Amino acid sequence: MPDYKNLTATQITAMVTSGELSAVDLAEKALDLARTEGKGLNAFISLCEDKALEQARAVDTAIKQAQPVGPLAGVPVALKDNICYTGSLTSCGSHILDGFVPPYDATCAARLVDAGAVIIGKTNMDEFAMGSSNETSYYGPAKNPVGENLVPGGSSGGSAAVVAQRIVPISFGSETGGSVRQPAAFCGVYGLKPTYGSISRYGLVAFGSSLDQIGPLARNAEDLALAYQVTCGRDPNDSTSVAFDHPDYTGEIDTDRKFTIGVPKEYFAEGLDPEVEAAVRDAMAVLEKDGHKVTDISLPLTDKAIAIYYIVACAEASSNLARFDGVRYGLREGRDKELAQMYSETRAAGFGDEVKRRIMLGTYVLSSGYYDAYYLKASKVRELLRREFERTFEEVDLIISPATPTPAFKFGEKLDDPLAMYLSDMYTAPANLAGIPGISTPYGRVGDGRPVGVQFLAGHFNELSLFQIVRILERLA
Amino acid sequence: MAVYKGFEPVIGLEVHAQLFTESKMFCGCKSEYGAEANTLTCPVCLALPGALPVLNKKAVEFAMRMIAAVGGKVHRRSVFARKNYFYPDLPKGYQISQFDKPIGEGGAIEYHSGNGSRKRCRLTRIHLEEDAGKSLHPEHGEGFTRVDLNRCGTPLIEIVSEPEMESPEEAYGYLTKLKQILQYIEVCSGDMEKGHLRCDANVSVRPVGSEKLGTRTELKNMNSFKGVERALKFEIVRQIDLIKAGGKVEQMTLLWDEKKQVAEPMRSKEESHDYRYFPEPDLVNLVIGDAWIESVRLSLPEMPDVRADRFVSQYDLRTYDAAVLTDSRALADYYEQVMTHFDDARAASNWIQTELLALLKDNKQELHDCLVSPEMLGELLSKVKSGDISGKMAKTVFEAMFATGKAPDVIIKEKGLVQVSDESSLIPIIEKVIAAYPDNVAKYRGGKAKLFGFFVGQVMKETDGQANPQTVNKLLKERLDG
Repeated sequence: MPDYKNLTATQITAMVTSGELSAVDLAEKALDLARTEGKGLNAFISLCEDKALEQARAVDTAIKQAQPVGPLAGVPVALKDNICYTGSLTSCGSHILDGFVPPYDATCAARLVDAGAVIIGKTNMDEFAMGSSNETSYYGPAKNPVGENLVPGGSSGGSAAVVAQRIVPISFGSETGGSVRQPAAFCGVYGLKPTYGSISRYGLVAFGSSLDQIGPLARNAEDLALAYQVTCGRDPNDSTSVAFDHPDYTGEIDTDRKFTIGVPKEYFAEGLDPEVEAAVRDAMAVLEKDGHKVTDISLPLTDKAIAIYYIVACAEASSNLARFDGVRYGLREGRDKELAQMYSETRAAGFGDEVKRRIMLGTYVLSSGYYDAYYLKASKVRELLRREFERTFEEVDLIISPATPTPAFKFGEKLDDPLAMYLSDMYTAPANLAGIPGISTPYGRVGDGRPVGVQFLAGHFNELSLFQIVRILERLA
Repeated sequence: MAVYKGFEPVIGLEVHAQLFTESKMFCGCKSEYGAEANTLTCPVCLALPGALPVLNKKAVEFAMRMIAAVGGKVHRRSVFARKNYFYPDLPKGYQISQFDKPIGEGGAIEYHSGNGSRKRCRLTRIHLEEDAGKSLHPEHGEGFTRVDLNRCGTPLIEIVSEPEMESPEEAYGYLTKLKQILQYIEVCSGDMEKGHLRCDANVSVRPVGSEKLGTRTELKNMNSFKGVERALKFEIVRQIDLIKAGGKVEQMTLLWDEKKQVAEPMRSKEESHDYRYFPEPDLVNLVIGDAWIESVRLSLPEMPDVRADRFVSQYDLRTYDAAVLTDSRALADYYEQVMTHFDDARAASNWIQTELLALLKDNKQELHDCLVSPEMLGELLSKVKSGDISGKMAKTVFEAMFATGKAPDVIIKEKGLVQVSDESSLIPIIEKVIAAYPDNVAKYRGGKAKLFGFFVGQVMKETDGQANPQTVNKLLKERLDG
């Protein structure tokens, strides 16, 4: 086998389809790496060894019998552990889902399998996707391949780490406020937060339903586009998923088009690490030199985003997490006690501190007498923010910014300071609130070698421009 | 009202009606009563992590039918909301309901008030929501509570009235009419025992003549319309007595105990819910176009009151009879089908009310179980009218038809029940009877008119009851009086 770790998904699927590579060999290689390097990084919560090999065999058999195979034939893939996958523990990084094995597949997982992908394991994550460092996982944090003492970011830290470590070429995470783009930036890989409604949420364990989106991570623009292409599109099981005409993302990824790129001054203000800023400004200069127009813009509502985000996300979470009550699945404590006692012991033992903090915050903002001041007001400002982006995208094709204010930080650095932790989402959360797509692309490094992520944002369903611009930057760099 | 010693009650009702759609409100599971526990479930109604609701269009249409039937307004845009509370039979930890933007608003129910007059109560709103599952508690407080989620996710509409009813009897009349409408438009079975219809009541009292509403209490846990009436009577008296004794009514929820016939306050802990409503982010706004609203309106059947009025004018029935016949859509349909095979509207009405309904009741059957088709009944009634059989025979034939489902001709033949109206066959028998009782003939002719019946009886006996009584009367009179 050619060096597995250097193969892209696009190459793998071509070689598997032509019979040059065996899907089973690839799956074994990926599983082997997962058991060794993946274990060292604590990147997986569980592996789907038998099922992966079974899928790989099915792909190999289909190819031998000259039957058609999908566009991800034989590509080893990892899923964040909040995406339901039949027969595998789906823990959400939480104690409260102990032993929960879903009897159904998330639409995204089913589409991957249909496309010939081989799902090798479920990746580590912040508990219920609440966290920016992976430190809230019940299973202990995943580590950043860039440096053992660095957080991989969160909440999809495991998914970013397994791609950065080249255990799989493609993984899937989920975003509520930046949980794909931020770990992608910290680990030096590509991460996409698609338009809200473009990848089905059916089977994604909900955190903030109006913000949640599944998104792919990869090592290059083309693989990222491929992963998105296979999983996006209307799903009748998700009422918020949207039917839209989508282009051939991988086919149209190369373009001569010159973009107009807005630079929002609010994203380059206080709190931004100077080295990160320097890298982003360098990317801007490179693009400008290539003929793209880089222009200053203003998004005045930016400083409201984190406040709105934590109100909306926590409110929805407080309701979404009510089903974890010890009655039907997962952990149950206080079995012989009265109902209220059983509930409170189960939830006290099952949820970690960050999850409890957000449930309490969300319960508070929805409670009678506070709803108007918090949730209702936040919803209104959110709508204004959405319009602000819409207006902006009438002027510019794309927005450029840092993906995160700082590069990957150290374990423990922000754990005791939730507010500082929350601010690491300040450049990513606005896209979730507005429902627009965003991408984080690795671009340069700071002095000590930590990667920097450059973020591009686009209008609703304009993922194609995002893939094209990061492809351009990839070539220029 | 005199019965309440200077006070008048003000009553508003909240009715939950289960819609009998084939599948549940947000998933494809069957919506059915009586299946083995937890067999009608899926990831969505079990609230497995990651599962999402998808709205059942039929449930929306059923709600629209009810809104149209009561003359309410269907909102072009309505919003689902989450009502959050913890309970084991509510697996998501919230119920998907509607809050500040319900599907329907306004409309009214016209009902019989109990003292013979018709009254009208306006509706505040009609909204869609899903039902919870069922908790099966251990009988003696020992052991575990079990949960059955078959019912979970069944579509409901909640119909909220304005506080405009003035007596428990009116509340009963309102509920009866509401149930009739739900059944007519075929959206709900109306079966309160199976929980397909559930009713909570709000009630307050105020001095007669006062405009200001008193403090209201809420009554729950009634399982029949009569139970609602009784609970209201109890609570009204309690409130009046309390006020007269110088006390104040406190806003609270009471549970009706049918066995003890008392309403007892719920523990305050149980009622102090903050439901934390917010828009359901898993569903998009429900947008309904004019064309759909119009087609639903046009698909409605003739409503019971309109149909009763038509029965009076078209069939020349008395108001009471028309009301009985239009009580259910099935009975009214049955009557009208009989009338396509028979031409005496009142005779058909009488027969259905006295014979058919009695047999159904005695046999504890519903009309749709009845083996006698309207066509067969029309045939039977035609034979009575033409004199082929007597009314008395017809009852025997009808009973046999009811039991076997056979056509009247078949049964008449089997039983040899042809009525003899032919004079030439009856004259010899009559002459024989007259000849056999010369004493009575003399007494009759001497003025004892009562003896006429004796001769009729004898002729009927000789003919095994098959003689046409009218012919016998005529022939006997000719011979005895002539």
